[in-house]
Amino acid sequence: MFENLSYLALQQYWWAIVSLLGALLVFMFFVQGGQTMIRCLGKTDNEIKMLVNSLGRKWDLTFTTLVTFGGAAFASFPLFYSTSFGGAYWVWMLILFAFIIQAVSYEYRTKKNNFLGAKTYETFLFLNGFLGTILIGTAVATFFTGSDFMVNNMNQSHWMSPWRGLELAFDFTRYATFINLSLGLGVFFLSRVLGILYFFNNINDATLLERAHKKLLTNAALFLVFFLFFLVNILLIDGFGYDPVTKEVSLVPYKYFNNLIEMPVNTIILLLGVIMVLLGIYRAGFHFKECGSKGIWITGLGTVLTVFALFLLVGLNNTCFYPSISDLQSSLTIENASSSKYTLVAMSYVSLLVPFVLAYIWYAWRSLNKKSITAKEMEDDTHAY
Amino acid sequence: MEQFDLALIDWSRAQFALTAMYHWIFVPLTLGLSFIVAIMMTIYVKTGDELWKKITKFWMTLFGINFAIGVATGIILEFEFGTNWSNYSWFVGDIFGAPLAIEGIMAFFLESTFIAILFFGWGRVKPGFHLLSAWLVAIGSNLSALWILVANAWMQNPVGMQFNPDTARNEMLNFWDVLFSPTAINKFLHTISSGYVLSAVFVVGVSAWFLIKKRNVIFAKRSMVIGAVFGLLSSFYLILTGDESAREVFRTQPMKFAAMEGLYDGETNAPLVVIGLMKQLPDPQNPNLERFAFKLEIPNLLSYMAALNPNAFVPGIRDLVHGNEEHGLMSYYEKIEKGKIAIQALSDYKTALEAKDQATADVNLKLFKANYAYFGYGYYDDPHSLIPHVPLTFYSFHLMVGLGMHFLILFIVILVLIFRKKIEKVRWVLYVALWTIPLAYIASQAGWIVAELGRQPWVVQDLMPTLSAVSNIDKGAVMTTFWIFAITFTVLLIAEIKIMVSQIVSQSKNEGGH
Ligand code: HDD
Ligand code: HEM
Ligand code: HEM
Repeated sequence: MFENLSYLALQQYWWAIVSLLGALLVFMFFVQGGQTMIRCLGKTDNEIKMLVNSLGRKWDLTFTTLVTFGGAAFASFPLFYSTSFGGAYWVWMLILFAFIIQAVSYEYRTKKNNFLGAKTYETFLFLNGFLGTILIGTAVATFFTGSDFMVNNMNQSHWMSPWRGLELAFDFTRYATFINLSLGLGVFFLSRVLGILYFFNNINDATLLERAHKKLLTNAALFLVFFLFFLVNILLIDGFGYDPVTKEVSLVPYKYFNNLIEMPVNTIILLLGVIMVLLGIYRAGFHFKECGSKGIWITGLGTVLTVFALFLLVGLNNTCFYPSISDLQSSLTIENASSSKYTLVAMSYVSLLVPFVLAYIWYAWRSLNKKSITAKEMEDDTHAY
Repeated sequence: MEQFDLALIDWSRAQFALTAMYHWIFVPLTLGLSFIVAIMMTIYVKTGDELWKKITKFWMTLFGINFAIGVATGIILEFEFGTNWSNYSWFVGDIFGAPLAIEGIMAFFLESTFIAILFFGWGRVKPGFHLLSAWLVAIGSNLSALWILVANAWMQNPVGMQFNPDTARNEMLNFWDVLFSPTAINKFLHTISSGYVLSAVFVVGVSAWFLIKKRNVIFAKRSMVIGAVFGLLSSFYLILTGDESAREVFRTQPMKFAAMEGLYDGETNAPLVVIGLMKQLPDPQNPNLERFAFKLEIPNLLSYMAALNPNAFVPGIRDLVHGNEEHGLMSYYEKIEKGKIAIQALSDYKTALEAKDQATADVNLKLFKANYAYFGYGYYDDPHSLIPHVPLTFYSFHLMVGLGMHFLILFIVILVLIFRKKIEKVRWVLYVALWTIPLAYIASQAGWIVAELGRQPWVVQDLMPTLSAVSNIDKGAVMTTFWIFAITFTVLLIAEIKIMVSQIVSQSKNEGGH
């Protein structure tokens, strides 16, 4: 069945899958967002324990989504994988480092004789939430604003800046840096909003939720500021487009805005997503009693749709998804960065497993979540973090 | 030709070796302990015996502690292909990426979803579903091993692909050839069984410590029986698949094989060196030097093991470097020449295409294809740089094999003593069992040293040398991250060991004397 698709259709299909994984990852960042609030929401040991346990049952899924996102990007767009990872070395290393320290923290935090002490592991969790979200958000923004690299005729890449990717977040002489950072901060505050909404759903403890509720609107407002700054800017800047026939890359005024108009279905998805994000926040913020525990689903789904649509916006319609600012013709597109047709077909068959995977995750999640977490349970649970 | 920064290459190799070897401290225990826990839980669900529940929970806790750090060390490896071996990632990404993606979709999600049920499911989900989760975790972790090992096997023995000169990479022609290559099958079977053996040694060793301390006696004996039976079965399998792996190496990587055996001059009726002490590095310029200060040999056995024929010719390092007409071996000198032709032809082909000179392009493409099998050799001038570190490969191999025999015998002795009800009395066996735990880890690491160091200087056998695989980064950056990882992982490892030990000690205390 996949054999009959054109090469381009397969490339688009795989771009959509990578986009979906990216979108699910941002949704799952409620774990990271929650981690940055453990200290400010939990005042007593038992409250902290509730928060950690609530997140602790989900962290592995977020982590796995990140790993699979990397694997899928490698398999379907290997030139992106080699160019970006090998080029923006420091950014990716920092991101990885932030995830290494997370993986052990839940399991080791309260164990006897754990060498570093509970506080250190909590700091690790905070760092993971803080660095992970901001850096990944900033890195994704460069899909729109471009990076400094060249690709030679053997498809080997060279990064031009000695800062190895850090310049994308810290070179304040470029206006694009502000756009990059604003997406990073937007993702950070969105993760915190999602974290709060997740606690509403998962924890049953009035004082804790009261405290979380107070933080919801400030975080939501900050998210909006940064996200809108990013969105308005990318709609106004010149984008990186290519000619479908000659494959020549050029700067196209209002490229991303034009993409909105030329891909109306995607635009509807984007709008629907943004509306749902806001709706979930609004309902949970102002109608907490009726709707508090559902906010995570509404805002969560909205997040998935929004991020998905943003990825499509920068990948489809003859747009370069990983543009180079030092050499336009080195820019990566879904056509020149992808795997061979054979590989895409083979992997497309594997992708049929994805709905099945989502189904069992859903089922497992439901069966564990039937009871929400309470203070009392923390005292007698046999396996608590 | 391009200049290669050797220090950059060495630091990149060191970093990859460091992170891979750290990952491999934790992975084998996950592979085997997940099955052992599932078996124990099955017994609990079948018998309803509370002691089995305690046993299951205890080993499960240790599993969880080990699992977390396995995950922490794994993520870095996956991205390191991109960060440190980016030229490699492009050259092979079309083939190599797919197993990595499939691993995520098929294996890691299975593992991480059901692990949550396994740990938090007590009393929350039905016992049947809980048990199913335990088995799914075991299957999931072994599936993750499958895909990554398929990728590794492909680097040792690249099959099922074709080089595309226009994109300058290898492209997959047949997925099944990649998945079912004999190298992949052997590698998978041998590696997972090595994980089972290591886990069995771990369970038996910890139980032996309980018996030494005379605590939790029934608890310990039951665990020990499960561990020893599982270990015994896996040991047979491990030796069988190891033997087959060696034959596979003989067929596809003769230089690695020669290094493993310390074989310098090829022979028919080659003897097997069982134990040997190397005097010095083999010197290809000076073939008459005696290489072993001491050795114990069995005549003909090597030829027999390598090719199932006592009269078979086993090429030595010298035959491979200088060629051997009698046995139809092409010399490395010749291969290097052909490799250089291939490299030149590829570049001429590209230039001709850019100049729109189709005729010249065609000629060069033909020349390139005829010589592609030796492409990687063209990066070298001196064939002697194509020899891996012989003593390290030799010793690692012999250590692994020797320890494999030791584990087998240990499991047999333990089982015999348990069934004769004498196990507590023969205390020296208990001590041996305890001290075998670190040996299992050593054997396991040694195996990877054979596989990866013996392959040097190739990243992809014959096609891509390590030096052209590396990312174009400043070596200072790699040095820095090397030390960051070395320190972080060491700190985490210390934390892990301390936590494990205190879990084991506290289990032994809260159960009293039984
Ligand atoms: C507990 C660990 C352990 C033990 C006791 C053994 N092995 Fe092993 N061996 C491994 C753990 C291992 C491993 C870590 O799983 C390796 C590394 C790469 C691989 O494929 O498996 C390996 C590699 C490996 C290789 C290299 C494969 C390659 O280069 O691709 C050979 C030839 C053998 N083994 C052969 C044996 C034999 C004949 C054994 C006889 C007892 C044996 N091993 C015991
Ligand atoms: C977890 C078990 C593994 C261990 C302990 C291990 C060990 C090592 C060691 C010691 C080296 C350094 C060799 C040298 O440069 O001298 C190395 C290199 C390398 N290994 Fe592995 N390895 C493991 C698994 C794998 C797997 C599964 C893959 C691929 C899927 C792989 C791919 C590589 C690559 C790309 C290099 C760098 C290039 C090179 O130096 O050859 N390794 N590994
Ligand atoms: C060098 C190549 C390797 C890479 C890139 C790699 C990658 C990873 C990653 C990303 C994880 C974390 C997965 C998660 O999110 O749960 C992981 C864990 C794991 N890997 Fe590896 N891995 C490598 C080598 C190996 C080998 C050689 C094996 C087995 C033979 C293996 C078996 C496992 C298992 C069983 C886990 C589960 C966690 C644990 O360690 O206990 N990996 N690996």
